[in-house]
Amino acid sequence: MAATDMQAGADRGLYVPRLSFRHKKGAAFFAICLAGTLVGVVFLAFLLLDVWRDGAGFLRWEFLQNFPSRFPERAGFQSALWGSLWLIITTALLAFPIGVGAAIYLEEYAPRGFVTKAIQTNISNLAGVPSIVFGILGLQLFVRGTIGIGPSIGGGFGRSIIAGGATMALLILPIVIVAAQESIRAVPPSLREASYGVGATRWQTVWHHVLPQAFPGIMTGTILALSRAIGETAPLIMIGALTFVAFRPESLLDPFTVMPIQIYNWVARPQPEFQDLAATGIIVLLVMLLSMNAIAVLLRQWTGRRYGR
Amino acid sequence: MAADTAAAGGPAAQFQRRRGRELVEQAIGYALFLCAAITVLTTVGIVLILVVEGLQFFRDVSPWEFFTGTKWTPLFTNQAFGVLPLIGGTLLVAVGAALISVPVGSASAIYLSEFASPATRAVLKPILEILAGVPTVVYGYFALTAVTPLLRTTLFPETEIFNALSAMVVVGIMTIPMVSSLSDDALHAVPADLREAAYGVGATKFEVVTRVVYPAALSGIIASYILAASRAIGETMAVTIAAGASPNLTANPLESIQTMTAYIVQVSLGDTPHGTIEFRTIFVVALTLFAMTLVMNIIAARVTARFREVYD
Amino acid sequence: MVGNVTDEAERTAASAAARAAGVSVQAGVRATEPEPAAEPGIAVEMRNISLWYGQKQAVGNVSLDVPRNRVTALIGPSGCGKSTLLRCINRMNDLIDGVRIEGEVMIDGANIYAPNTEPSQVRRHVGMVFQKPNPFPKSIYDNVAFGAKINGYTGNMDDLVEESLTKAALWDEVKHELKKSGLALSGGQQQRLCIARAIAVNPEIVLMDEPCSALDPIATQRIEDLMLELANDYTIVVVTHNMQQAARVSHKTAFMLAEDDLVGRLIEFSDTDEIFLNPQDSRTEEYITGRFG
Repeated sequence: MAATDMQAGADRGLYVPRLSFRHKKGAAFFAICLAGTLVGVVFLAFLLLDVWRDGAGFLRWEFLQNFPSRFPERAGFQSALWGSLWLIITTALLAFPIGVGAAIYLEEYAPRGFVTKAIQTNISNLAGVPSIVFGILGLQLFVRGTIGIGPSIGGGFGRSIIAGGATMALLILPIVIVAAQESIRAVPPSLREASYGVGATRWQTVWHHVLPQAFPGIMTGTILALSRAIGETAPLIMIGALTFVAFRPESLLDPFTVMPIQIYNWVARPQPEFQDLAATGIIVLLVMLLSMNAIAVLLRQWTGRRYGR
Repeated sequence: MAADTAAAGGPAAQFQRRRGRELVEQAIGYALFLCAAITVLTTVGIVLILVVEGLQFFRDVSPWEFFTGTKWTPLFTNQAFGVLPLIGGTLLVAVGAALISVPVGSASAIYLSEFASPATRAVLKPILEILAGVPTVVYGYFALTAVTPLLRTTLFPETEIFNALSAMVVVGIMTIPMVSSLSDDALHAVPADLREAAYGVGATKFEVVTRVVYPAALSGIIASYILAASRAIGETMAVTIAAGASPNLTANPLESIQTMTAYIVQVSLGDTPHGTIEFRTIFVVALTLFAMTLVMNIIAARVTARFREVYD
Repeated sequence: MVGNVTDEAERTAASAAARAAGVSVQAGVRATEPEPAAEPGIAVEMRNISLWYGQKQAVGNVSLDVPRNRVTALIGPSGCGKSTLLRCINRMNDLIDGVRIEGEVMIDGANIYAPNTEPSQVRRHVGMVFQKPNPFPKSIYDNVAFGAKINGYTGNMDDLVEESLTKAALWDEVKHELKKSGLALSGGQQQRLCIARAIAVNPEIVLMDEPCSALDPIATQRIEDLMLELANDYTIVVVTHNMQQAARVSHKTAFMLAEDDLVGRLIEFSDTDEIFLNPQDSRTEEYITGRFG
């Protein structure tokens, strides 16, 4: 390098590259970026440690078996666990078929045009609507059966699992649709052509060829969407998921509570024992969420191998 | 084939339409359209409910009073319907959260996109995404039981039990993945040949990143900031638990405030009867919230679309 | 990816001093040199260059002397390693993970792969123009001024921008709209802007990697004229898949070929006329007569 500057350019001396200064700035910048990345990681570690420290004390079988109680040592999570289970199944049964149906329509049936574009834009806007607004929709539409004008639509379902499940289904619908659309789009067009080529109709092509290929991806997206629903609190508070439920729901029309609402209920009490109970509830909730996420990730990897993607 | 030709005028028998099959196909098409239409109906439902109840509210309270009043006490005997304290509280938390999520999220996006090895990236990205997946009620718990006590024992002893600052911190953290993952996408979309061009005139990595790649990705990155802010505005549980329930037009983050979302939760947890003006406040507050987030999301979508145009 | 940043910073401080000394001595020598028309010196001396992408070898043992102030063309069928070889001259390959390079590239008697070398400074002295025009999404002015700014140019920036754009035959077309985005120009203008950007940091050598492959014939011709003109001030190495172009613009031509083992090797290197009219190697002859590639 020593001699690279030999060319005679008259302005050669005009460049002062100050390399060591620039490298120092670069190193500092690298350190800042790394530190920024670690902020999130460190915070997450602190949060998990804190929750574990507070909540491990109540973590035993009775916690999962008992119903809520005024006495912290007797209080438990059973009704919340069952409520969450009922709710999530209801949500899945509603959101999955509607979401996949909408995705099939948009990817395979919809004509290119204004209406389709409007539906697509609407879906991405819905994904950004605060969850509590969905709660208000659920309260009016599903609990009370009215949209404020005109006759009430059959009186509504009251503060029941079906009302909660329907609200949650609308909330996660945009996520399910977008995930399903991406999976369907990833199916190679050659497969469709092959199917049409042997005389299949559009629906036969979708049902026998496109959906089976897209199915694992759709499942992954749906599980992730459901794991969002299982942690949602605000919309269910709106529709009045009771905060004190000392029984297991038996039907879709029963009132219910869910894990995050029970946690909120405990957090909001002043006694420190209840706050520790909340931490115990959080541990259970997070374990459930992490296992759902793990299933989704495994599913993705498994299909990745299967289709060589 | 030719041997089977049908009578003149109609198509060959094997090419004729099968009426039943066709009806089934049509029915399926309509059913699928209905599924897609549900999303539109959802939006229509939201707007209709909020507007209908909101209009009824404005029959009793003038929009002027609502949007310019600085006292919000609908649940007290001495009622006042000025929404500014709620909007102020909401914006205070959102701005504070952005002060955390924007720099931290950008830094981690740049690290992940420009510095991290693929292996490091594969570990760090999912960890950051867990931050976005933790339920907000958990953040609220952490803000109330860990962040606030920490603030009171170390930096600011005068912090109130319920305060905006702890909510800012956790809302900021929970929106980091949003900023970092969308900004990461934007940085990745910057074509490799721009980086090469910058290296080609003797730029160091630092200069390539800060003076070429980051500016080139800027509109995509700004969209991520807007979306994160919109998310912070709509955030409910963490602010309800940590920031308090006192509508308070203040810029002091150590005080207790109330956000729009927290107010809606407060009313729905109470025993305010339906059909009263007190209850209608939640619709009109929700309408304001909905309008604010919608505008931000639309702006973000526009900015993103323009960003994509540049590099397609 | 480019090695330990802080270590290099320390070393560069030392080598900067040495370079400063070298400048005055060498510049003095250069000033007394005759017109380059006679017998040009050697600008780049490649000695036994081999390159691997991971386990796969792409360039095999190439040695090549690039004459100063001349246009040297690298030709060969696609996949023959000519672009890869070109990128060895300004250490652009360092940016790709898993690349290993053996051999030496001597520029003015110094090996640019010597351990204490700073890649960014190599690239400042060896500019590059790419296959697809790639102006920054900045104004025309900022595109040209970018390299000078980061390299601490202390002269008059406006003059430098004008001078560089003039040399790149673009000044007259853009002098009234320097604030316009570089992306708003036509493809051929963009490529000339990229040339202006490259020469604004006053390199000795300009590498061009198929600079006309994305341009129409008229724009191509302007760039070709420009190459010959620039050869008065710079040493130019151009990769091209277009043999006519090599014949039109270059003084010397190197023919590369990757045979069955897919490793690119130098087959023949000589004056351009010689290569095209009287090739010594049968493979060169087959290629230039269009029998493969």
